[in-house]
Amino acid sequence: MKKSRDDYLTLFFISIIGIYIFIALAFPMYAILSKSFENKDGAFIGFENYQSYFENSSLVYSIYNSLFISIVTMVITISLAFVFAYALTKSRMAGKGMFRSIAMIPILVPSLLSGISLIYLFGKQGIFRELLMGYEIYGPIGIIIAEVFYTFPHALLIIVTALSIGDARLYEAAKVLRSKSIRTFFTVTLPSAKYGVISAAFVVFTLVITDFGIPKVIGGNYNVLAVDVYKQVIGQQNFEMGAVVSMVLVFPALIAFAVDRIVQRKQVAILTSRSVVHEPNESKTFDRVMFGYCSVISVLILTILGMCLYASLVTFWPYNLTLSLKNYQFDLMDGGGWDSYYNSIRMASYTAFFGTIVVFAGAYFVEKSRGLKTGRSILHLLSMMPMAIPGLVLGLAYIFFFNHPDNPLNFLYGTMAILVICTITHFYTVSHLTGLTSLKQIDNEFEHVSSSLKQPFYKTFFRVTVPISLPAIFEIGIYFFVNAMTTVSAVVFLYSSKTTLASVAVLNMDDAGDIAPAAAMGMMIFYTNAAVRIVYVIITKKILVRFQNWRTKTS
Amino acid sequence: MEKYLSVKKVNKHFGKFQALKDVNFDVKEGEFVCILGPSGCGKTTLLRVIAGLESQSEGEINQNNKNISQLPPDQRDFGIVFQSYALFPNLTVKNNISFGLKTRKQNRDAIDKRVDELLNLVGLSDHINKYSAQLSGGEQQRVALARALAPSPGLLLLDEPLSALDAKVRQHLRLEIKNLQRKLGVTTIMVTHDQEEALTMADRIILMNKGVIEQEGSPQDIYSKPTTAFSANFIGTTNLFKVKKISSNSIEIHGSILECDDDIKDDVSTVTIRPEDIKISDSENNQNIFTGTVKELEFLGSNIRGHIEVNFKSQTDIVICNFASEYIQYNNIQKDTQVNISLQPHAIKIVKD
Repeated sequence: MKKSRDDYLTLFFISIIGIYIFIALAFPMYAILSKSFENKDGAFIGFENYQSYFENSSLVYSIYNSLFISIVTMVITISLAFVFAYALTKSRMAGKGMFRSIAMIPILVPSLLSGISLIYLFGKQGIFRELLMGYEIYGPIGIIIAEVFYTFPHALLIIVTALSIGDARLYEAAKVLRSKSIRTFFTVTLPSAKYGVISAAFVVFTLVITDFGIPKVIGGNYNVLAVDVYKQVIGQQNFEMGAVVSMVLVFPALIAFAVDRIVQRKQVAILTSRSVVHEPNESKTFDRVMFGYCSVISVLILTILGMCLYASLVTFWPYNLTLSLKNYQFDLMDGGGWDSYYNSIRMASYTAFFGTIVVFAGAYFVEKSRGLKTGRSILHLLSMMPMAIPGLVLGLAYIFFFNHPDNPLNFLYGTMAILVICTITHFYTVSHLTGLTSLKQIDNEFEHVSSSLKQPFYKTFFRVTVPISLPAIFEIGIYFFVNAMTTVSAVVFLYSSKTTLASVAVLNMDDAGDIAPAAAMGMMIFYTNAAVRIVYVIITKKILVRFQNWRTKTS
Repeated sequence: MEKYLSVKKVNKHFGKFQALKDVNFDVKEGEFVCILGPSGCGKTTLLRVIAGLESQSEGEINQNNKNISQLPPDQRDFGIVFQSYALFPNLTVKNNISFGLKTRKQNRDAIDKRVDELLNLVGLSDHINKYSAQLSGGEQQRVALARALAPSPGLLLLDEPLSALDAKVRQHLRLEIKNLQRKLGVTTIMVTHDQEEALTMADRIILMNKGVIEQEGSPQDIYSKPTTAFSANFIGTTNLFKVKKISSNSIEIHGSILECDDDIKDDVSTVTIRPEDIKISDSENNQNIFTGTVKELEFLGSNIRGHIEVNFKSQTDIVICNFASEYIQYNNIQKDTQVNISLQPHAIKIVKD
């Protein structure tokens, strides 16, 4: 068919976004892959680096450690999160909103903050160190506790979604057939949530195996893959070995990603538009038990956060416990001072702004444009890839690609721009899926009607699609902002003296022994993210409602 | 009247599946054509090909003496109404209708005037500032119609426009759309799976099955002179029998010989007999009389449909016939009553398989 102006414009925009992802993802990944086959002088040496890696027993042991930590965390987090999610969706206990909000707290802080908190709680001078009965918090125990804290909300969100799609009609059928509640649980609840649970398990696994903040802070001598990458690069300046370890790290992440995608596809099939939302029955005992459980978990989460807050305000732990803001005088410490904080705000704002535009436009072209089937599926595939790449690996890949003297994009190296590009790319996939989900709910005929009315696609996009999708667009923006504030792994290789970041400052201050200021900076990130979230809730509740009065039935 | 749209030898493949096979038809200017068929027959694909939303694998489409086969939808001249209405939910009725008017460099007054005119036409002047969520299904459908008609397109395409509505509203809108179409004289193609809708609204019906046109013609012709077993069966209810030729005007059904008015050519063929053409016969003088037992009586309101097990010579077979309710009551016909029925010669029609 003859191409219209719309088709050319679509092709143009798809190409731009495609090229962006190629530059921000595909080329750097190629660079790091080829680096792992080179020696220090840049000559191709085949698998020699891999060989020396696997001959180094202490490095190889990290693989075992990483898998151990990831699997144990996965089991614990999924069990805890499943019961919590079950309480939120299938009970009538009081305080569901509050529990949900508390459970989301870990998302708002850098992962390593929980490590810092554990040091104060169970470390050498910790308050509750006797509770460990002689065991050390530095090592696998500390890592696992901190990782559970960090991954809990991620697992919870997925499982809550899976449990809430349980079709009420199935529950009614089970009841009419006089099925006992245990049997209903195993025949109705569990099967419909199965894929959600599997998916959550793999997400947790990937988060843990790729996280390096927590093992760095509280791991002691317990080595894991992610920390090895960091040590090889930052400590020993051995970039080639860093590349090799990165590739070893990508491998399980890729497998987890692939399994997750397959499982997700099956999940969709269960959801039909005719499903009726299940309203749980009242059962006083059950509700009380669930309330008790959620309270315990919430107290634990609040303790970890509260410990950090307290530690950041104590003048000199544990000798001078008077409260002061001394630890917030960041300009007196290493790590970039208050500038790091302001840089982080700037970086997060740019990421949210540009990231939302790129991601939403990308999702729009994938979902809504006409023709160009191949181009659209390539774009979608590219958009799904970042999820499989650990942030640390992406950051290292950026060094190899952007810092290469022959790269015309070399000027980006060491700037704010590269931090923004890297962060957008790192968090691209989840945002892309959010955009896609919201766009899928919009009638595809809108585009057809518009072209029959001879209107260009961008008119429909700006007048109809964007206004309808505003909630999702805000959701994407906030996701980018919060993650840009907390991320360490993606940016730790890329900041320069002018672009130090708050989350990296937490890491560096902790490294330098300034643990209290590190906690204080971590809390600054928490305050900021919490404030942004609250503002977001107000915006969606108050302002958005006014612009979206077309959603209501009454005039 | 002149030929406005012609579809020539259109084929459409989706991978190995052929959705349209050699489809040919013309639409005259101002005509209301219904494309009717069961789901999966290719009718919606055909409409989307005409709109340019789907490209044909082979064939040509001419509109107003211009070959539009290769044009993208925004360069074709049509308005479209979908089953889902596809009203922009965040725009008012007014802005929905004026959506297609704005690029035409018309001034605001002219646009407002046109919107008023269209709202008058569909009888929704009071709802100008409402959003679609505040309208009933029927009202939304009329807004969608007004929006499609706003730029005065040469061709109006309706894709199952009434199937999401309640039965009552649907009946009412049928007439309304038909009258509107007649008043504006806009050439219209409607896709539907509802035979009643097609029979009441269309000037001409194009009946489709498995990607091919089975039959086309006026609603009366399609109903009373079905050319294929599929047409006879899809439109209304009918009895179909495999028959053998005895002479040019007599046939054999299950060993019994019947007179018929149609000219019999093939040795073996299929005949259709509409239930309403079958009479219960008191006198033995009528032709083609058979005895049978009432097996089932279905109450349809003004009519009662009887399933009668008829004793043909070599075997029994169920024949469906319609009776007036009073007749059944008056003659005290019940389940298992013996009746004589007459398969009248003029009602027996040969159809292709």
